[in-house]
Amino acid sequence: MSDSLLAHLRGAVGADAIERDPQGLPRVVPDSTDAVAQVVGLAHEHGWRLRIEGHGTWLPADAPADLALSTRALDRVEFVSPADLVAGVQVGIPLETLRRRLGDEGMWLALDPPGRPERSMGSVLATATSGPLRQGFGPVRDHVLGLTVVTGEGRVVRPGGRVVKNVAGFDLTKLQVGGFGAFGIITECALRLRAVPRADRTLLARGPRDHLTSLARALTAARLSLSALELFSPAIAAESDWVLAARLLGTDEGVAAETGRLEAASDLPWSPLSHERAASFWHLAARAVLGGPVTLRLGALQDGLDDTLDLVAGVLDEGLVSAGAGSTGGIRWSGDAGVAALRSLRRTTATREIPMTLERAPWELRQALGHFGAYREGVGRLVGRLRGTFDPSSVLRVALEAEPDGR
Amino acid sequence: MIHEVRASLERIVGARWVRHRRAELATYTMDGLPTHEEWPGLVVLPGSRDELIAVVRCLHAADVPFVARGAGTGLSGGALAGDAMVLVTLTRLNRILHVDPVRRRAVVEPGVVNARLSDATLPLGLQYVPDPSSQTACTIGGNVAENAGGPHCLKAGVTTNHIVELEVILPDGTLAHLGSAHGDQWGPDLVGLFVGSEGMFGIACAITVKLEPVPAAIRTLLADFMSLRAASEAVSSIIAAGVVPAALEMMDRACVEAVESSIYAAGYPTDAAAVLLVELDGQPEAVAAEHALVERLLLEKGARQVRSATEGADRARLWQGRKKAFGAMGRIAPDLAVQDAVVPRSTLPDILERIDAIRLQYGLYISNVFHAGDGDLHPNISFDRRDAGLAKRLKEASRDIMAACVAAGGSITGEHGVGMDKMDYMPLIFDAETLGAMQAVRRVFDPAERANPGKVLPVHACREWHCVPSAREPEAALR
Repeated sequence: MSDSLLAHLRGAVGADAIERDPQGLPRVVPDSTDAVAQVVGLAHEHGWRLRIEGHGTWLPADAPADLALSTRALDRVEFVSPADLVAGVQVGIPLETLRRRLGDEGMWLALDPPGRPERSMGSVLATATSGPLRQGFGPVRDHVLGLTVVTGEGRVVRPGGRVVKNVAGFDLTKLQVGGFGAFGIITECALRLRAVPRADRTLLARGPRDHLTSLARALTAARLSLSALELFSPAIAAESDWVLAARLLGTDEGVAAETGRLEAASDLPWSPLSHERAASFWHLAARAVLGGPVTLRLGALQDGLDDTLDLVAGVLDEGLVSAGAGSTGGIRWSGDAGVAALRSLRRTTATREIPMTLERAPWELRQALGHFGAYREGVGRLVGRLRGTFDPSSVLRVALEAEPDGR
Repeated sequence: MIHEVRASLERIVGARWVRHRRAELATYTMDGLPTHEEWPGLVVLPGSRDELIAVVRCLHAADVPFVARGAGTGLSGGALAGDAMVLVTLTRLNRILHVDPVRRRAVVEPGVVNARLSDATLPLGLQYVPDPSSQTACTIGGNVAENAGGPHCLKAGVTTNHIVELEVILPDGTLAHLGSAHGDQWGPDLVGLFVGSEGMFGIACAITVKLEPVPAAIRTLLADFMSLRAASEAVSSIIAAGVVPAALEMMDRACVEAVESSIYAAGYPTDAAAVLLVELDGQPEAVAAEHALVERLLLEKGARQVRSATEGADRARLWQGRKKAFGAMGRIAPDLAVQDAVVPRSTLPDILERIDAIRLQYGLYISNVFHAGDGDLHPNISFDRRDAGLAKRLKEASRDIMAACVAAGGSITGEHGVGMDKMDYMPLIFDAETLGAMQAVRRVFDPAERANPGKVLPVHACREWHCVPSAREPEAALR
């Protein structure tokens, strides 16, 4: 990048907001949506390719680009309304910082995505990575009321709002959540919160994998109200056997009764965890996902978990694996794998109508495979047009699909 | 042009299912909101998926704009077609195609009536949760178009939270499979984008919905208050205590009086300023604990009396007045404009007072029956559309109500959609750039803008966007 263009950038965001990444690439660290818009506008005008980074704890900051843009200085809590259980934050805020701030006021965000506690809110939104609590509280998108997004032209778009029910206009928030940044850079969000539950209990059952998936089916048939029912491989749970983890949230009476029902419906013993051990268990399980350079998720419902887990084990391995064992389903795998194996898995899962999303991988794999790779009938054309709308000059360096030409 | 396609459409669906005489068209000139009227050029009623696809392809070939319509129960003037348009009515596409009790999924055609789906799945212990007040008539396809809500959406979410997969016919006649019946999205969340697009992105031919278990226990509480403010504060205190009821509904005195003087009388106290209905569901012990907590909070906030019911018939009686409130208002005036706006829950007391001031200012009869738990207001304005002066005051009052809700941090619609009715209010909540983005996304699905033209987006207020078709039009690689 020439000195004159760097001068342009300095003019837009100030010299203090520009640094170099470890490879010497200029990196801009704006602290406002307007500043992000100015930078992206310059990139659009000059044909720069832009890499978006958060705190660097999830997707590696390795996409080739002319300029990196970090959201880490977008770290303000804009507003918190305990009466309405709504908060507005900039997306560079680390999850742990947000959790503490909300907890001080008796509220929480019912999301437990994989990764480190300092992972940014923006990373969770852009990649739509939910965790075990999706069983009780839904996927990431269900927690988002409104967004501020900077498009690939530097336009600022504000879909949604601050209220929990809203159907005004087309729901562009849904496109952005899980869009991996291909349709714009999310800079701010309004989030739906909940009051901190009075009771929070975690119990573990241990045993062979097939036994635990069978148990999970029995629990679903018994219609228990579980906030999470997640299956973990031994490596991810740091145990000698597979683990089925149940989390119950609610009133003291409700959780106590549900615990009794859980035990009555099970043919394996459950071990309750203390509050501290439970926090540690969920925390370590979330971090263990980072044990390999690649993380992917597969859409598989409860009755297809065994077959799909067998398939993953056959093509890849069953090292770092977790699965939504309740009614929501979903499998997450982490490890080390090459293009050929991942492509083979995606081809096989597609024939079974199972979507496979590459959540996290080095750029070479993302470029070769794409986060989504394959689409169903008619969708590729729509996605292409949407990218052409939100990023007409391909400023945003995101590989939604395979880029065989190395674009 | 419109009459040139008639013969083609008749060849597809049969002459019986193409309506063109004025008397036939009269049925389709309004939806549930009597403030808008449009006469369609033609009405076509396809009887199968293949016929629907052929109809859309025929209209594409003839470059004729069209409007998709379900049962016509919408409340935004969203499913009205002008005389140069064809109204594609989907009520004959009313088959439940598949129910999978293990995976808790159902696949339905768009014309399936909402309540009929739950009727079909209740023997399996499963239900389709979104329950608009019109659920005995409205269709799932219409619910998808409007992202419909209902009293029981507070805990379980609105339509968008219950749709996992759509087969869509786009306005150019091509098909697209959005989402996946499995446990994850397939690509970007185009299902979420499509739901609530008000018929402007295409028509859903097949809809895969989530089914939920029928709760093991349900308790309904009815509390009456001597002030709207106290009732509103009770709502906030319940949510702040960590209880998320299945439903949390409020009616004001005007509404209660209308109900109690009708055949739908439910025994609500007519001297109360507000009546609150709270429904709790879940496992018996949790419901019992929440019941005790909610009852205490209601009394602490000034409830005069709290009645409760656990059995079906008793609960139905407590609900009767709420469910039939709109019907009861038919006694007050010939027409009813059911409005819809959302505010942050904490502002309910102030906004209800503001609506009352607007009522007095314009000399209107306004009753409120609404989803208090999520701040979704329904100020209902009784009027006579033959009275031009009254209709004008109604319009002005509606605008003032919308402006007040937006000023409180809310939105212009929580579940009815924008349609024609609220198009002019869109700039109150979205800037020109955001409206432009919506317009551009609409063109992604419908470049020729032939699907439900003239709705939702006030074109003059949208900043211009250009879509670059780009080299990025990846083929569907594996299907």
